[in-house]
Amino acid sequence: MSTVSTNSATVAHAVEQDHHEPQSFWRTYIFSEDHKTIAKQYLISGIFWSIIGISMSVIFRLQLGFPGMKMEFLRPILGSWINETGKLDPDFYLALVTMHGTIMVFFVLTAGLSGTFSNFLIPLQVGARDMASGFLNMLSYWFFFVASVIMFSSLLIETGPAAGGWVIYPPLSALPQAHKGSELGMTLWLISMALFIVSQLLGGINYITTVINLRTRGMSFSKLPLTIWAFLLTAILGLISFPVLLSAALLLIFDRSFGTSFYLSEIYIKGEALPNVGGSPILFQHLFWFLGHPEVYIVLLPALGMTSEIIATNSRKPIFGYRAMIASMIGIAFLAFIVWAHHMFVTGMNPFLGSIFMFLTLIIAVPSAVKAFNYITTLWRGNIRFTPAMLFSIGLVSFFISGGLTGIILGNSALDIQLHDTYFVVAHFHLVMGAASAFGLLAGVYHWFPKMFGKLMDEKLGYIHFWLTFIGIYLVFFPMHYIGIAGFPRRYYAFTSYDFTKNIFADMNSFISLAAIFTFTAQWVFIYNFVNSLIRGKKSPQNPWKSNTLEWTTPIKPGHGNWPGEIPAVYRWPYDYSKPGAKDDFIPQNVPYSQTPESNLPHENELISLEKEIEAQNLNDQFSQPH
Amino acid sequence: MAATVTHDTLTTEPDQVFDKKTWMGGVEPMKVSYGKLMMWFFLISDTFTFSALLVTYGLIRYSYPSWDPAIFGEVFKFSNLYWPTPEMVYASLPFLHGVNAPLIFVGIMTFILIFSSVTMVLAVEAGHRMDQADVEKYMLWTILGGFAFLGSQAWEWSHFIHGTETGTTITEIINGQNVQRTIFGANLVENQYGPPAFADLFFFITGFHGTHVLSGVILNILIFYRSATGLYQKRGHYEMVEKVGLYWHFVDLVWVFVFTFFYLV
Repeated sequence: MSTVSTNSATVAHAVEQDHHEPQSFWRTYIFSEDHKTIAKQYLISGIFWSIIGISMSVIFRLQLGFPGMKMEFLRPILGSWINETGKLDPDFYLALVTMHGTIMVFFVLTAGLSGTFSNFLIPLQVGARDMASGFLNMLSYWFFFVASVIMFSSLLIETGPAAGGWVIYPPLSALPQAHKGSELGMTLWLISMALFIVSQLLGGINYITTVINLRTRGMSFSKLPLTIWAFLLTAILGLISFPVLLSAALLLIFDRSFGTSFYLSEIYIKGEALPNVGGSPILFQHLFWFLGHPEVYIVLLPALGMTSEIIATNSRKPIFGYRAMIASMIGIAFLAFIVWAHHMFVTGMNPFLGSIFMFLTLIIAVPSAVKAFNYITTLWRGNIRFTPAMLFSIGLVSFFISGGLTGIILGNSALDIQLHDTYFVVAHFHLVMGAASAFGLLAGVYHWFPKMFGKLMDEKLGYIHFWLTFIGIYLVFFPMHYIGIAGFPRRYYAFTSYDFTKNIFADMNSFISLAAIFTFTAQWVFIYNFVNSLIRGKKSPQNPWKSNTLEWTTPIKPGHGNWPGEIPAVYRWPYDYSKPGAKDDFIPQNVPYSQTPESNLPHENELISLEKEIEAQNLNDQFSQPH
Repeated sequence: MAATVTHDTLTTEPDQVFDKKTWMGGVEPMKVSYGKLMMWFFLISDTFTFSALLVTYGLIRYSYPSWDPAIFGEVFKFSNLYWPTPEMVYASLPFLHGVNAPLIFVGIMTFILIFSSVTMVLAVEAGHRMDQADVEKYMLWTILGGFAFLGSQAWEWSHFIHGTETGTTITEIINGQNVQRTIFGANLVENQYGPPAFADLFFFITGFHGTHVLSGVILNILIFYRSATGLYQKRGHYEMVEKVGLYWHFVDLVWVFVFTFFYLV
């Protein structure tokens, strides 16, 4: 019986594709299947988590910059984590470092970045009504939400959250008696991450499928905006690497709770021998970094894709080396899977194996350099418009280069003996992946805010935010390299004072902490700007940045289904900016060559004959098919 | 809608081997529906889940020696000093107590699972023919195969957990004293057949695979129910049978690897 009703519903659906029945508040804003709403949910969650994650770093920076500082004023928030003497509890310091890493890497720069922009931009830029499966997309967000709730609740329990570092190496993380943070906090961490991985897989499968199957007429892969290429490759990376972390986490759960010994062998703890034999903690490191290294690119690639788009738009120039950009992203994505052991040079692995991983690691410099040069050559003699989004994108290029250079040093297995687990590493990855991706995220918010909310963000506040953040981040991480070279290890609560460290490096640590507080404070300018523009922002025109991609052909506030009528067809690549002869300095992707005879190149005139074929392609309209 | 009409006239042209329109947008490349594509990508990711577990198996397995008559004695016996020989561990059959039948039972299990994959292919093929009765028949066989496999696995686990009649005597150091104790069967902490890691991996990996089979059986039942009520017949295609079929074949393929790792090498 149910089938009869489904069939009649589909027919009705196909006829009235443009005006869906209004849905209840819950289905429109909370359990929504619309990709734009889900993107906003991810964005808000990401902002929430970034406030928590960055605040944590400020608290532990206080301890590092001013060792033994009295933090009574934090007692209302941290309670007994401020001990009787008024200092930060050392156990909680470790928890703070761990949770800062976990939150920033997974909850902000993975879920907050690609969750927001993959969801928002993929259907809009490839020309689809929605994701391939709206339901799975909704499920993906709510799995993430439950993971978030569990991770957040671990902050509130008595023994505190996980404290073994965001890499949660066993045996520390496998034995509850090893440390306070390895008790309930670690269990909650593992449960939360398992749910997070499910959410990532649901999202990633959807992204890939949408890009492959739901491109509009004429949108071949060689006409896809670089953002979409980046999101596609990010999703593929996640699809292949996250399941390995899932396996690693499940095995760790068994070691912790059911007495197995996958990662444990011959251990004494508190003078007592444990019965575990046969496992290997190094095995965990291999499994973890098989995710962990691609994760770096899962975080970075979407930011690179979005900034390619923003830099081309605001330089009013075609992106330099469109195909080279795609090829280097594919190259980076491929290499991401075969370099993981460079995180493990000092685990006692065979030095010959180390040299192979070193070789593969250093090859990444080639596609990365191609990308960096392509950014610069796109900017070169461009008609640059310094919008806040553009400034943040240029900032990303700067961080990508200065952080990438130290990567060449760290990728060297001999130099790594000195630098492993020092602040040099911390400075390196915060610049190249942390700050760069965060700048990509911010650039994306400034650039696509008008599309998301139909309003413009305040430019002046955007400039202030950019300069304070850009300068602040360099002030934090540049001196940190020197602290690392001097041999200060990461994750330590306090350092032994030697003669050579007393003046220079202690002062440098205080300076870094002050810079960190400065940078943190500057972020409130953004929060204020975001909220204020949401409420009082100026109404945005339909195409505020005069951009070529399809999302700007939708109404200012696109409804369910994105385009009120037919989905536009696509005839050209997305980078026709400042084309000689054209009357405007941009030609959107949906303008056929037959309408622009004045600017067509000879080979483009030949493409005019292809237009009929493009228009003859199927409409590929999800809403006109049963779904 | 005019565009669709011209499209129809265009497709009457003879099919090219490679149609450049495949990737031109507006169509599902190779006419693969989004659901089938999603299933394929899920299977790719699941491949990596199992690969990680099998890599774990390999690494721990080769940190132990195999039984070598020259070192450990001419007669094989269970010991936690070396990895057990699979023929010695899995050598029983239900209802045939005392019969030595190395790897016979697991061979039967494997045959059942592979046979259920064959019936799944037949169900998919019947779906292409829109033959509801045949789809129902072959789905039922597939479900039966799945249950038979799960039942066999339950027996295998229970036999593995109970252990042999004589058990194995192990020596432990408790408070500095050597203490001898006889253990029967295996659990996640101790194992009469060999090192505890052997049982840990056995339970975890076959258990993880069994969970996949169980979810496959549940999906199969759902598909069977929906074809039996005529849902797919009314919908006009049996693609759901195909999608679940993909999953079922995958679970089968994974078993071939698990079988190879645990029972053959």
